[in-house]
Amino acid sequence: MTTPPAPTKSTIHIRDLKPYYGKRLAVRPVNMTIEPNKITAIIGPSGCGKSTVLRCINRMHETILGARVEGQVLLNGENIYAPDVDPMLVRRKIGMVFQQPIALRTRSIFENVAIGLRLAGINDKRVLAERVEASLRAAVLWDEVKDKLNQPGTALSGGQQQRLSIARTIAVSPEVILFDEPCSALDPIATMKIEDLLLELRKQYTIVIVTHNMQQAARISDNTAVFMVDTDDGVPTGVLVECNPTSKVFTQPDDPRTEDYISGRVG
Amino acid sequence: MSLKSSVSPNYARRKAVDLIMRGLVLIATGLAIVPLVLIIGYVMIIGGSALNWEFFTDIYQPPMTVSMPNTGPIDPNDPFANLDLGALVGSEPATGQAGAGDEKGADILEAPPRGGVLHGIVGTMLITTVALLIAMPIGIMAGIFLSEFPDNSVATTVRFACDVLSGAPSIIVGVTAYILIVNAKGPDGQPLGFTGIAGSIALTFLMVPTITRTTEEVLKLVPEATREAALAMGATTWYSTFTVVVPTALSGIVTGIMLAFARGAGETAPLIMTVLGSNVLMTNLLEPMAALPLITYRYTESPFPSENTLAWGSAFVLMMLVLLVNILVRIATRNRLRMR
Repeated sequence: MTTPPAPTKSTIHIRDLKPYYGKRLAVRPVNMTIEPNKITAIIGPSGCGKSTVLRCINRMHETILGARVEGQVLLNGENIYAPDVDPMLVRRKIGMVFQQPIALRTRSIFENVAIGLRLAGINDKRVLAERVEASLRAAVLWDEVKDKLNQPGTALSGGQQQRLSIARTIAVSPEVILFDEPCSALDPIATMKIEDLLLELRKQYTIVIVTHNMQQAARISDNTAVFMVDTDDGVPTGVLVECNPTSKVFTQPDDPRTEDYISGRVG
Repeated sequence: MSLKSSVSPNYARRKAVDLIMRGLVLIATGLAIVPLVLIIGYVMIIGGSALNWEFFTDIYQPPMTVSMPNTGPIDPNDPFANLDLGALVGSEPATGQAGAGDEKGADILEAPPRGGVLHGIVGTMLITTVALLIAMPIGIMAGIFLSEFPDNSVATTVRFACDVLSGAPSIIVGVTAYILIVNAKGPDGQPLGFTGIAGSIALTFLMVPTITRTTEEVLKLVPEATREAALAMGATTWYSTFTVVVPTALSGIVTGIMLAFARGAGETAPLIMTVLGSNVLMTNLLEPMAALPLITYRYTESPFPSENTLAWGSAFVLMMLVLLVNILVRIATRNRLRMR
């Protein structure tokens, strides 16, 4: 088995990020820093642009028709929105796990994880087997699937499929992993397993997680960014109200809107 | 209060309307399948009875043989000099001459069916297969383009053109192919003439829209999340489309191809104007060829019952051929589909 990759120290700085859908500004300019080897949670009510901002971090936002981005996202000082940067390369360094577990139904469990490696041109059977096993182990799924690697991905339960998605993301050795509400389709036990896994992954990766479950943010995150919907000028627009260490956000928030949201008065 | 006493005043009416509507839907469904049952049943009963081993292994044979009486060498200046015309038309039996053993006159109407449609089976398979080989890559690629890059003027135009073309009467396609290919001047200044390949190209015109639109529709059914998962791993659109999206939608694409094959195999009008038809086995796509629908078309109106039988039989064989190809392709792609 290959040794796990050495911990990366990838920091992300978001500078004046303005995601648009067509002509509509989805979120007011965002400025925040995502620290390495920590879990940064993004919370907020529905429609506040949490997922939009997350998708901007690995250039997935622009895959939606008509969507575009202004501003900068710096990965270790390098702007991923620079004109000569290929989004494909950004997405390999900054992986993403989605809300809905995605097990490719035409592929076996093994191939579901190997697909990213094959994409990178790795076709050596031995290397593939090693990396797939390492990724499945890292996603704490190996013991459950090692005897049925040739079955289709959809043979797994929802929680297992989500860990399979994580294994697939880990397999290509990203530096940052983005999670878009990874537990909202899962039951409490599967959620707990994913949360334990996130805490484990934190040692090696920089992690950003969007969640609408405040308890989840409080349980696992180190820093928390709070987004709200602002309707001052008639058009609902997302706005970042606060980004601080989680303990501070949940006990003595800087912004009164955060307190209102967390105490259940809004949102 | 019991359930029965809680009945509302319009209860009986609602029950009655429900019953009537159900009845109407059932009747309409029944009427819809009547033509299907009639056609398939009729072809199976009449066409099925025409089948025998010879039908699949032999080519066209005239209803009866009329041999020329041997009257010695023909005089080039007067070819009919020694010919007993009466022996040919069978007005009066000739006296003991050669050819007297032949069946004659009205006997031809009672002549038993003979010959087969091997030339038609071979022609239809060749023409349709070549058409499919041309239409498949074009149709699938165009379908992928329409589904993955849906909003641009090219896509809108192509989509509209496909819809128009798939509804176009096939005789128009035939005329177009006739003008563009059959009637076109070859390198020697002569028209290219009726050829099997011209028929294939005409069928391609009809197949591409079907394949394109079905491919587009089934690719659209693949969840957006599946594409995003591939893109988020750093896949190119090409990789995501061909290794993730297309395999997921494969069964639907195969269905579209089968529809196109069935349509192409059964088309008659474009073939009349491009491949002409033939009574002998032709395997050269650059010559006129036979095809099952052409045999049906030509011999349905024949005055000879034995040729009518040929027409019914070839209709039946055509039907079975389409069915067989369908089943074979399903079996061939089943292993991949079992993954669902």
